[in-house]
Parts: sequence; C-alpha cells; structure tokens
Amino acid sequence: MSKSDYKMTIGIECHVQLNTKTKLFSAVDNDAVDKEPNSCVSPIDYALPGMLPVLNKAAVEKAIRAGIAMNCKINLVSRFDRKHYYYPDLPKGYQISQMYQPIIGAGEVLLPDGSTVKIEHAHLEEDAGKLTHYDNYSLVDLNRAGTPLIEIVSMPDIHSAAQARAYCEELHRLMMYAEVTNGDLYQGNMRFDVNISCSKTDKLGTRAEIKNLNSFRSVEHAIEYEFERQTKLLDKGEKVVQETRGWSDATGKTTTQRSKEEAQDYRYMPEPDVPPIVLEQSYIDKIEANMPMMPDEYRSRFGVLNLDNSEREAILNYPILAKRLNEVCDKGGVQLAPRVAHWFSGILLAEENLDKDFALATAAELTELSEMVEKKELSSTGAKAVLMEMYDKKNTQKTPHQLAKEMNLLQENDEDALGAIIDEVLTAPECAKAADDVRSGEMKAIGFLVGQVMKKSKGKANPATVNELIKKKLS
Amino acid sequence: MITADKNTKAVDLVRAALDKAKEYEDYHCFISMNEARALERAREIDEKIAKGEKVGRLAGVPYALKDNYLSPEGVTTAAARMLDNFPSPITATAVAKLEAEGAIMIGRTNLDAYAHGSSTENSYFGPTHNAHDMSRVAGGSSGGSAVSVALDIVPFALGSDTGGSIRQPASYNGVWGIKPTYGAVSRYGVVAMASSTDTMGCFARNADDVDLIMSIIAGKDPKDSTTLDDFWNRELDDARPKKKKIGIIKDFLKDGVDPEVSKAVTDYADRMKKAGYEVEEVSMPIMKYGLAIYYIVQPAEVASNLSRYDGIRYGHRAAEVTDLDSVYSKTRDEGFMPENKRRIMIGNFVLSSGFFDAYYLKAQKARTLLINAYNEAFEKYDALLCAVAPAPAFKLGEKTDDPLQMYMEDMMSVLPSLAGLPAISVPAATSKSGLPIGVQLIGPRKSDQILLNIAKGIEEVA
Repeated sequence: MSKSDYKMTIGIECHVQLNTKTKLFSAVDNDAVDKEPNSCVSPIDYALPGMLPVLNKAAVEKAIRAGIAMNCKINLVSRFDRKHYYYPDLPKGYQISQMYQPIIGAGEVLLPDGSTVKIEHAHLEEDAGKLTHYDNYSLVDLNRAGTPLIEIVSMPDIHSAAQARAYCEELHRLMMYAEVTNGDLYQGNMRFDVNISCSKTDKLGTRAEIKNLNSFRSVEHAIEYEFERQTKLLDKGEKVVQETRGWSDATGKTTTQRSKEEAQDYRYMPEPDVPPIVLEQSYIDKIEANMPMMPDEYRSRFGVLNLDNSEREAILNYPILAKRLNEVCDKGGVQLAPRVAHWFSGILLAEENLDKDFALATAAELTELSEMVEKKELSSTGAKAVLMEMYDKKNTQKTPHQLAKEMNLLQENDEDALGAIIDEVLTAPECAKAADDVRSGEMKAIGFLVGQVMKKSKGKANPATVNELIKKKLS
Repeated sequence: MITADKNTKAVDLVRAALDKAKEYEDYHCFISMNEARALERAREIDEKIAKGEKVGRLAGVPYALKDNYLSPEGVTTAAARMLDNFPSPITATAVAKLEAEGAIMIGRTNLDAYAHGSSTENSYFGPTHNAHDMSRVAGGSSGGSAVSVALDIVPFALGSDTGGSIRQPASYNGVWGIKPTYGAVSRYGVVAMASSTDTMGCFARNADDVDLIMSIIAGKDPKDSTTLDDFWNRELDDARPKKKKIGIIKDFLKDGVDPEVSKAVTDYADRMKKAGYEVEEVSMPIMKYGLAIYYIVQPAEVASNLSRYDGIRYGHRAAEVTDLDSVYSKTRDEGFMPENKRRIMIGNFVLSSGFFDAYYLKAQKARTLLINAYNEAFEKYDALLCAVAPAPAFKLGEKTDDPLQMYMEDMMSVLPSLAGLPAISVPAATSKSGLPIGVQLIGPRKSDQILLNIAKGIEEVA
C-alpha cells in the first residue's frame, strides 16, 4: 500500500486575539505586551465574588469585521455560554464563550491558489491567563485573562499540509486587513488547533487533534508528521486513537496529551449575566461599507503589474505595503508601480529591515522616487539608498528629491554640462588610445571612457547618456 | 416612615440600634458588627446637619446588611468558611446607593452559607433564631436580616432572594419583604447564588418603608447588564392597580399546605374583597412543577458560580496540599458547607453531557411554560395570591437531616423567581401557637409598586 492511496482530511480551529483597547468583559487595558504580570487585571478578570461581566461593544464590532472579511453570515442574535473547567489560568472556573449561537455563521475563505475553505462558524470568547511552571510551584499571570478572542472553526475541508498552511496564512492576512488583531504570532495573537484524519474511502478516519500551534511552519510540519504517523498505523492494521496531541518544534514530533476518555466535560450552560447580542442589519451594513480592501481585491488589482506570486504574496503579508503599492498604482500606473513592488519585496522585506515602520514612506514619495529612476535622475542603486533613508523617522519631512540631492545621488543628464566633461576626458592624454580605438570601431574601449567621465562627475552622470554622447562625439 | 426624625441625632439612632443588637445577641442575627465605622458615619452626618449641609433621604438611619453584599467595611463572609476572612475592595451598588442617602450599616447579618438554604441553619457561624420563638428557625436564607427588623433593632435590612430567601423569613418573622422584578436592583457586588433568579430586596415594617428603600436601590447599573431602566419612579399611592382583580392560586390552597396557612390566605382574600377587589380562584397546574424546575436550574447556576472559589487567588486555602488537585479538593471540601456541596453535585450532574438534555434543557423548557402561564393569568388579574411557605416557622434542627423536606419550603416562593416576577411577603395572620404567617402577592414584571400599593390598602381593612 502506498501513502498516496490515503486522503487526508483536515479541519482547523484558529484563535485570534482581538486588538481592542479593553478586555471582552472588563474595562482594563487589553495590551499586556511588556507589562508587569497581573497589572492589567480588574476585579472582574480576577473573579472576585459579586463581579459581573460587561460586554465590550468594540469586541463585537471587531468580530463582525472578522466575519465580513471571511465572507461569513453575521447572526443578528447570538448568545454567550459558560464552558467549565478547573485550571488556575481560568479565574472564574469557566470561560465565557458562545457554544450554541455564535455571532459569526457560515462563510468561505478563498485561498491565493483559487481553492476555498468553508468556515463552519466563528464565535466570541475570552482568553485565559498564563501559567509559568517552576520546579515545585507555578505562577499565574492574569494579564491575558479576558482578552477577546474569536475562534474560527473551519469545515473539514482541507486536504494537504500545504493547503492548511496557505489557509492559516490567508486567515492571518484577512484578520490583519480587517484590522481586528495585531497578528503577532510570536505573542500568541493567533493560535491554531488542527484536526487530522486519514482514510482510503469517503468515510472519514478517526481524527487526532494537535493543539496550540503558533506558527505557519509548525502547522505544516505537524500535519506532515501526523499524516506519516497515522498512515503507518493504518497500514499496519492498527487504529488511530482519538486524542489530543501536542507538537514540539524541537523534536519535530507530535505526542499524546490527552485521550478521549480523559477529555473534560465542559458542562456548558447559558451565561445568565450577559444578555444576548442583538444586532441591527443596518449596523452590520455600515461596518461592511467601511471595510478596507481585502487581500483578494489587492490581488486582482495587482494583476496588471505582472509580479510573480511569491513576490505578490510577500507584499500582501503587510497590509500597509499592499495599501501603498495600490496607491502607487493609482498615481503612477503600470509604469512606476512594479519598481516599487520590487523595492518592497527585495529590500524592505529583507530580514534586517523588518523592524522599520513601513508606514513612513507615503505613496506620493514612493511614486516620486520611482519616477526619478524612470527619468534617469537617479540610478537604481541610488534609488535603493534613498528608499532606506525614507524609512528613517528623521527624514519624514523630506522629499525623495531632497534626499537624493543631500546624498549627492542626482544624476547629471544635462548634455551641455556632460559635454564639457566628456570633451575634457577625450582630450586627456591618458584617454587618447581609448578614444582612437572607439573611433576605429573597437567599441569595447568605450567602457573605459564612460568610467572616466563618471569619475570626473563624481558618479552623478547618467552612464547611458554619457555612452550615447561619447559615441556621437567620436563617430 | 423611617426617614430620620430631625430632632434625633444620627449618633443616638445608631447607638440605640447597636445597643439593641447587643441586647438581642442570643438571636444571632449578626455575623459581625460595624460599630466603630457606623458611629463615625453618624457623627459625620450630624456635623453636616449642624452645618446646614444637604443630607440624604436616609440620613442617620441604621440598617442591617445581609453578609453576602460586598463592602469594604469589615469582611464579607457569605456565612462560609471559604470567605471567613475576605476583605472586599468593592462596594455593592445597592450599598453604595444607600450610603449616598446617608443610611448607616450597623452590622452584617447571618445567612445560610452562600444563601443556600431556607432556615439560616446552614451558616458556618451557627443558626439565627426566630424573632417570635427562639426554638424555631428564622427562615432563610436572609434569616439574620429578617430577625433584625422583626426585633426592631433596625428599621430595615437588605436581603437577597433567589427562590424565596427574603419572602420566607419575612413571613416567619412577621415583617414585610420584597423580591423585586428580576433586574430591578443591581446584583453588582453581591456574592452570586443563581444568577438568573438572584434579586436584591429588603425587609421593613410597612409598605411605605419598603417602597422608599427600593426606590433608592433600584435602577439601571452599567455594572450589571441585566438591570432594567429605573421604573420605581411613582409615589406609592399613585401606583394603583387597574383591573382590581386578584386570582388565588387554587393549586396551593390544600395539597401540602398547613390548614392554618390556607386560612390565612383565604382570610386575606376576604379582606381584599372588602377593599373592593374581585377575587377568584384560578387553577395553574404548571405551578406544581416549579420546585422541580428550580432545583435543576438553580443548582446548575450555583455549581457554575461557585467554581471561582478554588483557593488560588483569595479566600480559604487548605493548608496541607500536595498538588493542584488537592488544592482544589481540600480547599473546597473545607470551605463549603454540606448544602453547598450537595448543590454543586446536583448542578454538575444536570449539566454533564448525557444528562443536560434530560434535566437542564427540559427544566428550561418547563420554565418557559411557567412564564406563559403567568402571562396568561396577568391578562386577567392585577396580582396572584398564595402563601409564602407551606407552614409557619419549624423547629431548629427539624429538617436539617432531610434536604428534600427543606426544599419543599420553597415550593411557592420559587415560582415568581423562575419567571423573574416581583413578589412581596406581607404579614397576614398569627398561628394558634403565636407564630406569624405571611401571604404572597405576585404581579407582572415591573408591577412591584402596584403590589405594595394593593397590600398597603389591605392593611386598613380588618
């Protein structure tokens, strides 16, 4: 039997932390990055007796935006439920979630390769706190407890590790474009639980769930590993056990965490403290009308630029770059925009530049810079140097032209001025031989002459123009 | 009316209340006294009055607070070992509103731990005694508050009512008690029992006092999303019933109800007739299922609400623990009373997968039928009349070994709770052995003031 006989079926649950100012049910700071443990915690998050959750309307709006980004139906009435389990990261002993009537209904995510993944639903819920374990004690940090999450549940609609990764990446883009999350995977802003089963028939096999994957790479690799593991078991006539497994980036393996028998009974119950969310269609329509462009719209707009797929997707990973490129398209059109795209993918997205604030250079500036190259006022090397300066905060008030001038990078295109330098070079004794060679048709020698002119002009001459002028003078 | 008499100093009022509390110490109304702070507050108010500054409507009026309301004054125990040393940084909304009007809390009253019970015997600190017979129970769970008003220690006290916890002790001790419409008063800062039926109300000695207190503590609170816009906005005498028609719930006139209690209800009905009401018997068979519905829904919410007491962040924590599981199990074993544990077990059972549909879901469906039955009745009647509890106060210890008998106490009081309706407990009769018997008036949502208006009118009819 070969592995290729098996069909893999994958469903993914993705938790997205919403970037609201305050938590889902309390009015304390939701941004705990670099904060002291337990400094962003209210009596509600701390679950003091007598405390009641108060729903954050901004989280509802973000959830709606996320739903619209995934082409999902937004439910006009949704409700909260309590999901019970005991763990020190869960102060109330239950998580407020939406089990029965989620805010976001069915929808569909279109992947860059044209395939689609159906969304079953997505619901609003609160995040838990964080535990840090030491030798014989553990510490609880509740800064994250109560952070709004949406959990996006896909249909078992994915059939390869690569497609799973593409889906996760596209979800990440959609959430970033919808401006509902900070999208920092390292900070756990998006986390993935993957359900995988393998079967040779249309009947689905027993699935295993790999929980808490926090990078696209680990999603892909964990699925690849799990496919190997499950198909090997099935080939040997053994059974796949329904269980929760954990993934280790270090070992590249999944391991058993909890079997079905050990699974918790969450004892779901309607949340009596939070009234149902009742939405007006007009409110949803208003949000929809004000949604920014989504990655797929950008993709179709960028079609005319003839970018290769990897270059386009790399740019699309950064909403601000996609936005800028699109604006450059509007201003500079097909002629000027591809160059800007290459700058983005080739220079800005290099490892060492990723910490730059990509919003600093405006579309007008980028268009101007591209136009300067187009008009030969600037060499492409010079343009790259100017570009880097444009992403320096101290230069925000300067135009690319001013920067190029300051950096002495403006190219000399004035034929009179260049003519004088060329005459000087051609009459210089050390150039006599080369000039003669060119005159007698040995065009190879022209490079030396151009070089001399460039030297004299301190690099500001446009080499192509110089080349043409020398030819003219020596013909 | 309890509004302070201008000639009496707040300090004297508070001093007198504190002295009386001491005099009646044996009844064990209070878990803790707030003496120093109460006197300090009273002096502040007297100073304000002396300076001619504006003071609130309850300036200097002492009151007693059920010990499940949070307030930074002293500790909030909920009568449970779990919280026996819990200094709260929070002030419950109802308490804050009373304080803003100048009311002075003199002490925190006893209750069944976490308000689980109908006798105030399930308190970690021992039982409260009935104001009319020390060998009998105070009723519960707000027993301490009821007795403190009945003994005239304070003119009013706050309680909480989830399935009868104000009305039944009011009936047992011969004082007025109100369970308002669900959402009338904020639950913020009150130790939760069963969130979908928890209501905050009070005990007092007449309809006007109840109305005044409720008009102060009622209203929308952004901290409790289930609160309603303030509807407690009329003069009591203006809140007149429109139909002048009352229904007596027939199903509760005989079966399981003491004849003396039944007579108190029919006698009260006669007084209503004299006052010009049309009174007729109405059959509501669904009412028989109320107790069964309540003892599924309520324990489920109780089990959920008590999950937070895990020994991790505050409250009691068992000393000798070896791992996380033992922190949980030992802490909860030591911190909760047997009745708390019983409800946690029932609640988790009815919510567990495989039983949820058969119990919890079915109970919620039946609850809808109950609400429908009430709605139908209120098409016809201003209010429904029945007893509060099946019999007058029972002996201490009489029912402690029989939880089911204890639950039966609630068979008539849980019904309006499940439907979110206002219900008041009005002193109506005295048994041959000298025990008070109250009757219950139940009305449609937000008809709280109308119920008080009706009952106030009946007071004038012999």
